[in-house]
Amino acid sequence: MQTVVSSATKQVIIGDDQPFCIIGERINPTGRKAFQLKLRENDLSTVEIDVQQQIAGGAMVLDVNMGAPLADEVGLMTKAVNLIQAMTDLPLCIDSSVIDALEAGLKAYQGKALVNSVTAEDERLDIILPLVKRYGAAVIALPNDETEIPEDPKRRLELAKKILHVATEKYHIPAEDILIDPLAMPIGADTSLVVRTLETIHLVHDELGLNMSLGASNVSFGMPDRHTIGAAFLTMAMSAGLTSAIMDARSVQLNRAIKAADLLLNRDPWGAEWIAGHRALQAVEGSAS
Amino acid sequence: MTQDELLKELYDATLVGNQPRVIELTNEGLTTGVTPETLLFDALIPSLEEVGARFERGDFFVPEMLIAGKAMSKALEILRPLLAETGVETIGKFLIGTVKGDVHDIGKNLVDIMLEGAGFEVIDLGVQVPPEKFVEAIKEHEPDVVGFSAFLTTTMPMFKVNINALEKAGLREKVIVMVGGAPVTQEYADSIGADGYAADASGAVKRAKELIQQRALARR
Repeated sequence: MQTVVSSATKQVIIGDDQPFCIIGERINPTGRKAFQLKLRENDLSTVEIDVQQQIAGGAMVLDVNMGAPLADEVGLMTKAVNLIQAMTDLPLCIDSSVIDALEAGLKAYQGKALVNSVTAEDERLDIILPLVKRYGAAVIALPNDETEIPEDPKRRLELAKKILHVATEKYHIPAEDILIDPLAMPIGADTSLVVRTLETIHLVHDELGLNMSLGASNVSFGMPDRHTIGAAFLTMAMSAGLTSAIMDARSVQLNRAIKAADLLLNRDPWGAEWIAGHRALQAVEGSAS
Repeated sequence: MTQDELLKELYDATLVGNQPRVIELTNEGLTTGVTPETLLFDALIPSLEEVGARFERGDFFVPEMLIAGKAMSKALEILRPLLAETGVETIGKFLIGTVKGDVHDIGKNLVDIMLEGAGFEVIDLGVQVPPEKFVEAIKEHEPDVVGFSAFLTTTMPMFKVNINALEKAGLREKVIVMVGGAPVTQEYADSIGADGYAADASGAVKRAKELIQQRALARR
């Protein structure tokens, strides 16, 4: 299964025969006070820095979230998408729980975007999927409904199936444009949570064969040495069938773990990417010393 | 073991979340004549406050905070009926829930554990709690604090809807309103007229205690 997302000039393919797709998470003001204050004054200078850093770190798609409280999220989304498109040819993932902000981002975007996200709630399905269809986008689908975020991987699979069914049958969105989010949870809150995420990845991979994406940083929340946990998690998840993740692309440790897993899972013929990455790091170290 | 030794051991056992030892020492204290108040105020609560302080400094991590909170809750299960008998007031009653339209509860559950650990009586209404259910529960339980949790920018506006519902029911002045969740900020909390906000579970406990104290002083 291949999911294609694109900008006006560049295509990125997500799939289990492709290198793992790193979606840069950083263009997001959640938990960043200085960034939020700037956004409230319509100042996008932080966005520019974040874009540059995520690209430098190896992001292949950029997630764009402008959800700062008390800011004009809709207006900011339009501005941010326009700004980022002028800076880079990487495809974008338009991220908001506010429908008007999603639409504003999709309207401003030139290409096939990823939409983050829809849930299995009937109301959300019937508002967001028509947008996805109208703008010819792909969408990340979270298997939670009106009543719960299920713990049981089988229930998550059921809800993933529900979303897939509604998207393909009712709104005629191709199955390859649905990415299931197997729900990454903080291991610090309960050490049984991530096993369920991995089981969900296995189930979705085996039974639906769809591409998947998740918020990788959730896993290490509240724990020390977060990047080591993230690196271990992502490689395990890749082995189970995860094909992309929204993550902090600035981390060399995460990036190298992913590239190593690509190599080990036979998605890097002749190890060319692995070796090129090694040389690039050597060059950086060489120029630093 | 002298009383001081026992209190010190209870403090240390709570700090590392050694649940069996906390239960053992609490019972041992009671049988050797240490008062429930002394166990609570000279060992358990200072220990949990130290846990909170270490968490804030970045020396303690989420699981350590949780396990200490759970150990403390176990001791409180033993002490609470005795404290009620002697007329010692608990720190406060905290009603909590995730707002309507939102099913996220991991953060809220962390807050529950830390509040219970700090000696609060916690009533958790779960997720997807509509305004009228908060109103009903406030009438029934008469909490000191009501806490609204939201994880999404789209569900945060329910805070204001809930506060309006409290006002309409004539309850707004009777209860302290706290709000929290990933997208929430102090400015947002202020803008909707909440009394308090905290960025994490440990901060929420501290803030709730401060607000209850302020209110008690104002009423004097």
